[in-house]
Amino acid sequence: MNALAGKLSPWLFTLGLFVIWEAACRAFNIDRFILPPPSEAFAAMVQYWRPLARHSFVTLWTTMAGFAIAVAFGIILGLIVGWSRTIYRGLYPVMVGFNCIPKVAVVPILIMWFGIGEVPAILTAFLISFFPIVVNVATGLATMEPELEDVLRALGARKLDIMLKVGIPRTQPYLFGSLKVAITLAFVGTVVSETVGANAGLGYQIALAGSNFQMAIVFAALLLLAIEGIAMYAVFAWIETYFTRWAFRSSMSAAA
Amino acid sequence: MSASVDIGNVTLTYKGMSGGVLALKGTSLAVRRGEFAAVVGPSGCGKSSLMKLVTGLVNADSGSIVIAGNKVVGPVKIAGMAFQNPNLLPWRKVIDNVLLPLEIVQPYRSNFRQQRAQYREQAEALLKTVGLGGFGDRYPWELSGGMQQRASLCRALIHQPALLMLDEPFAALDAFTREELWCVLRDLWQKIGFTVILVTHDLREATFLADTVHVMSARPGQIVVSRPVDLPRPRDLDICFEPHFTEIVHELRAKIAEVRQR
Repeated sequence: MNALAGKLSPWLFTLGLFVIWEAACRAFNIDRFILPPPSEAFAAMVQYWRPLARHSFVTLWTTMAGFAIAVAFGIILGLIVGWSRTIYRGLYPVMVGFNCIPKVAVVPILIMWFGIGEVPAILTAFLISFFPIVVNVATGLATMEPELEDVLRALGARKLDIMLKVGIPRTQPYLFGSLKVAITLAFVGTVVSETVGANAGLGYQIALAGSNFQMAIVFAALLLLAIEGIAMYAVFAWIETYFTRWAFRSSMSAAA
Repeated sequence: MSASVDIGNVTLTYKGMSGGVLALKGTSLAVRRGEFAAVVGPSGCGKSSLMKLVTGLVNADSGSIVIAGNKVVGPVKIAGMAFQNPNLLPWRKVIDNVLLPLEIVQPYRSNFRQQRAQYREQAEALLKTVGLGGFGDRYPWELSGGMQQRASLCRALIHQPALLMLDEPFAALDAFTREELWCVLRDLWQKIGFTVILVTHDLREATFLADTVHVMSARPGQIVVSRPVDLPRPRDLDICFEPHFTEIVHELRAKIAEVRQR
């Protein structure tokens, strides 16, 4: 009974949210240009399924492309930063500073450089999502038990040996934990870029429909965005538990 | 296979944020080939520094360390180490944890792939002698603390080191498990015959296991007394209740109380 309730509860809560939303719209007679009820959003989803599907796909693939670059770049930079204390000290303030710049301010620059299209969206997704990956990978390396390092160093292990045998494997739970955070950020990046300047994607669709007062389409696009985000989060949460089962069982689960 | 250890008049300073800390000053200590030596002392007396010096992880400011006739200048490679925390890698099975040193240290490193089956057998045999037969394919987190420490001992011994360095290896265990592991260590030592330096807080542990107990002073650490333990071998746990055993423990205890006063 409890297991069943546990499985159903996410669905029930989501359904409950829509019911409350629908009821509130009707009870308070809210203007549909302010907040359309979910039934209208879903109706718009069905009615305009062709353009919405196309824009959803564009957003999905640009996000995944930017995210893929962020993962590759983030792992490499994280390993470099975690490798040496000097590089860590030197690079960290720069990265923090960079991360503080609102990415929406960078999008116009990217559009000037690469023109309207998918490239600025991919790059914005990359720029916004690589930071947590770098930090987590570097943390995984930096928190290695010094005694274990001693055991291996006394045997004549080189730094590379220690990295390959201990550092990189123990970074895995930190990395996979960060991917869940990074994928949702990547969606934010893509949509920000599409809203500022693009000719396809859900962000573009939202901006366009918003300027035409087609609020049902705006909300339909927002819901689709949420669905894509949840789906990708679920994929990476599954990958995390699959690859780092040991981290969930052992006491060393700092990133879980 | 065993090695003698000769620490001669060693001084070590740690460079900290707020100036240097003198950890060891004029420390001398001699351990014969195959001897079981224990080092006891008040906390913070530089016992762990001694471990790092002997294994070549840090270099002394002055003085010399000679192992088996060779002056230590870098990582010694012939030592096995175990600490209070077993530090097993949670993503590796117990057997692969035990085999880890063979992937690092020569000559095993170069033929590890070809000889893997043979090394596995050796590791299984070693696990069996510490009472972990059949646990090789488990993961560390499936084992109790005492069992993890047994596996950690195996990892320290798999490459047949001439010298075993132990830094309070049993401090985190309950009293019964600890006494059990004393016997495990005693049997391993008697069977294989390596040299041991055991750093500990536990005077009974030191007296039960060691040939000689060295008492260190508070920082900067110095060996103030080296007390030979003249109890017959092989020793049984019952020896802990004999008057002569208690006498030695008392004597050591008095000495430590004295150096703490200073």
